[in-house]
Amino acid sequence: MYVAVKGGERAIQNAHAWLAEERRGDTNVAELSLAQIREQLSLAVNRVMAEGSLYDPDLAALAIKQGRGDLIEAIFLVRAYRTTLPRFGSSRPVETSEMACDRRISATFKDAPGGQVLGPTFDYTHRLLDFKLAAEGDVPEAPAAEPRMEATPHITTFLQGEDIIEREAFSDEVPGDLTREPIAFPAGRAVRLQALTRGDEGFILGMAYSTQRGYARNHAFVGELRIGTVPVEMEIPELGFCIEIGEVELTECETVNQFKGSKTVPPQFTRGYGLVFGQSERKSIAMALVDRALRWEELGEDNLGAPAQDEEFVLSHSDNIQATGFLEHIKLPHYVDFQSELELVRKLRREAAELAETLASREAAE
Amino acid sequence: MNTNFRAEDRKVWMSLLASAEEVRLTELWQDYGLDPDCEFLRAPEVGGIMVRGRMGSTGAPFNVGEMTVTRCALSLADGTVGHGYVQGRCKAKAEIAAKIDALMQTDAAEALSEAVLMPLAQARQEQKTARASKAAATKVEFFTMVRGED
Repeated sequence: MYVAVKGGERAIQNAHAWLAEERRGDTNVAELSLAQIREQLSLAVNRVMAEGSLYDPDLAALAIKQGRGDLIEAIFLVRAYRTTLPRFGSSRPVETSEMACDRRISATFKDAPGGQVLGPTFDYTHRLLDFKLAAEGDVPEAPAAEPRMEATPHITTFLQGEDIIEREAFSDEVPGDLTREPIAFPAGRAVRLQALTRGDEGFILGMAYSTQRGYARNHAFVGELRIGTVPVEMEIPELGFCIEIGEVELTECETVNQFKGSKTVPPQFTRGYGLVFGQSERKSIAMALVDRALRWEELGEDNLGAPAQDEEFVLSHSDNIQATGFLEHIKLPHYVDFQSELELVRKLRREAAELAETLASREAAE
Repeated sequence: MNTNFRAEDRKVWMSLLASAEEVRLTELWQDYGLDPDCEFLRAPEVGGIMVRGRMGSTGAPFNVGEMTVTRCALSLADGTVGHGYVQGRCKAKAEIAAKIDALMQTDAAEALSEAVLMPLAQARQEQKTARASKAAATKVEFFTMVRGED
C-alpha cells in the first residue's frame, strides 16, 4: 500500500524565506556582489566551475552566493543549470603547449627551457594569518619583468628525444561523454579523465594520497605543472572553419612515474595526466596520480587490490553531486519505510521473547 | 556587399569578438555609431560547448567540461549574413558580434576595423603582455654557491 501524505507547504515556504534572510546575514554589513566573489574568491569559483563542469565564472559566483558559500551546493546549482543548455558542439582539443602560462614549474628539471615560473602561488608563504587583510588597503602592484611571449615547450618533449618516457598514442577518436551515456565498466581512460576532472577534489586528493602512502605506489614526480589560459577553438558548422570561441584558464599536471618495464616494453618512465578548469593545482596533481594508478592494467602492472587501482570504485564514488544526493536523501521523510521496519522489529522481538519463554518453561519441566 | 575579405581574416575577427570583454565591446560599438537594420536568422541563443583536451597533452582526446557560449545569426538589408559566436551568456554581445561580422563583409569593413576591432586587439595584447610580465618577474634565477678553496 502506498499512502500519500500532504502537508508542510507553509512550513517549507517559511523555511525558504528564513533561508533568504540568513543568506543575507546582518544587513548592517554590505552585501556581497557577484563581481566581488568572482574576483576575490576566485579559487572557490574555479572549484565550482571544475566540479560543476561548466566554465562560466559569473555563474559560479552566483551559485556560491546562492549556496551561502557551500561549494557542493553551488556545484549542484551549476550542474542543474548545465543540463538546461543546448549543446552547440565540441571544441578541438585545447593545445596546452600554446598556453599563456601564469605559472610553470618542474620538479624534475631545474633548467627547463622557459624556466621555473612561480606565478601567484601560496607556496613559500608561511601560512601565518595576515591581519593586514582584515583592514582595507591598497595592494601594491606586482613587479613586472621582460615578458616571454613565445610558447613554453612541455617538459616531456625533452624526455621523448631519448625515448625514455612513454609516448601518448595520438588519435582523433571521439571520446566517450559521461554526461550523455552512463558510465559502463571498463570505462576507458577518456571517460576516467572526464570523471576525475569533474570529481570531488577531496575524494580525488584522498585517493591520490593513498597511492603515495603505499596503496599501489607509483613513485610520481611532478614533471610539470602549468597554469594559464588557452584559446578554445571550435568549428562553426554553418561556416566550415574554426574560430576561437573563447579562452579558458586551465591547470595541467604531468607526472613522470617509475616503470620497470614489461615483456614487451623496456624500462622507461610512464605518465599520469591532470587537466582541470581554473587555477586548481591540488586537484590537478591528484588527478594525475589517480590517472596513473588506474592505468595498471594497460601497463601490465599487478593489481594490488588498492582502492586507487579500482576503476569502478573510483569512478562510482568520485562525483560529489551523486554522492551527496544519495547521502542526503535519507534525511527526507521515510515515515512509511520506517513504519514497516518498526513493525518488523517489534514482531521479531515478540517472536524472540516467545521462543525464550518456551525454552525456559521446557527447561523447568525437565 | 564586398566579398574581398579572406576566410582567414574572418576567423581572426570572429575570434577577437568571441573573447572580447562585454563592456568594452559595447562601448566601442556604441561609439562607432552605425547600427544597421537587420533580420535575425537565429535569435541570440545561450548554450554550451564541450571543451576537450588530450591525454598527456598530445594523445587521444577526452572531455574536460563545458563552457557557456551565445550565438546569433542575422542578415543585413543587402542580404549579407553575419554570425556571432561569443563566450559567456550575453545575448547583446552575440548580437553585436553578428552585426560586426556582417558589416566586416561590406564596404564598412575598414572604418569598423579601425573603430572596434583594432582597439579590441590592442586591449587584448596589452592584457596578455601585462600578465606575461608579472609571470616573468616570478621566474626563478638559480645561482650556485661555491664553497671551499678548489
